[in-house]
Amino acid sequence: MTALLLVAFASFASAQTLVSYTPVGDAIPNSLTGQPGDVQRGRAIVTNRQKGLCLLCHSGPFAEERFQGDLAPTLAGAGSRWTEAQLRLRIVDSRRVNADTIMPSYYRIDSLNRVGAAWQGKPVLTAAEIEDVVAFLLTLKE
Amino acid sequence: MIRFIAILLLLSLPAAAADIPASERRSGYDFMSPATQEMQRDDALNPAMLWVAEGEAQWQEAPSSAAKPCAGCHGDATASMRGVAAGYPAFDERTGKAIDLQQRINACRVTHQQQPAFAAESRPLLGLAAYLGLQSRGLPVQAPDDPRLAPALQRGEKLFHTAMGQLNFSCTQCHDANWGKRLAGSPIPQAHATGYPIYRLEWQDMGSLQRRLRNCMTGVRAEPFPYGADELVQLELYLNSRSAGMTVETPAVRP
Repeated sequence: MTALLLVAFASFASAQTLVSYTPVGDAIPNSLTGQPGDVQRGRAIVTNRQKGLCLLCHSGPFAEERFQGDLAPTLAGAGSRWTEAQLRLRIVDSRRVNADTIMPSYYRIDSLNRVGAAWQGKPVLTAAEIEDVVAFLLTLKE
Repeated sequence: MIRFIAILLLLSLPAAAADIPASERRSGYDFMSPATQEMQRDDALNPAMLWVAEGEAQWQEAPSSAAKPCAGCHGDATASMRGVAAGYPAFDERTGKAIDLQQRINACRVTHQQQPAFAAESRPLLGLAAYLGLQSRGLPVQAPDDPRLAPALQRGEKLFHTAMGQLNFSCTQCHDANWGKRLAGSPIPQAHATGYPIYRLEWQDMGSLQRRLRNCMTGVRAEPFPYGADELVQLELYLNSRSAGMTVETPAVRP
């Protein structure tokens, strides 16, 4: 019985049911995990080009990172321009704020087309990773 | 006030970009460093010329004692193949579909030389395609003009504007709306496929347009269409129409 439950839990986890959230205006007030994120982990995600992907399009105050993008506004000052709740929605699903943005929705698995096998059913970042990124971006006060 | 109205107008423009005006079209060559441009311009430096040399040798050589070489029917490629590659993909009577240059080479090989088709991205196939492409170098890309290509062309255009993958990007979002800006430090070109097959420095290898399209699909975390898929040929066809009149550069070098 325990084994069955474990199997059931494992398949549930791999299907990655997303945490539900409630946008209010252009923001998501509550942490997706109920916990604050970790600033250091957030920085590592933001600067990782396979994980956060942020620097492909954005630049930011990361002197050690060469080859930053200029498709999108700099991340410098993001923590002054937006509140925590606004940052959360802009990462989770920026297209809710601006339907024409090229910013991908980092926490969404529906309404996508031809997702590669390795990525199916998975958001770009997990809820915990998004909280880490939000926590880090809030420290970028310019 | 005028400034305010101007900003309002700008904001109301759809980000889903319009086509690039003809006067603003630029080859990927224009976005490259001078050193890479020089590598393409000088045949003695261009690594793709090695594939061209092999393709030329294959053109002359019978694949078996029972089969004629390409030159046995087509003669001197510098005359008979002049401008041909500039008009591909083209309509194929036998299959009733659009086929690209490499599919044409393979069809000829299977039908007239009774040889197995070359594998996608194989050295002999890229060599022949590069050799034939060279026979159009300097000539304008010819827009598809066979009305039977219209449905495939439309599907290609639709695919170009269809968002795909976990990151949910369409071709047009980068290559029409954001060309010239930098993606991780590299300028985004306008996606004019005027130099294929290309020698790509990132690959350290020669590759076809289909390989490049599959790369972009993997980049947006989409499941790439398989080599030879109708969708890839439809995209190639749309790209060809989009670049009509631009100069063929085959064999090009790209970063």
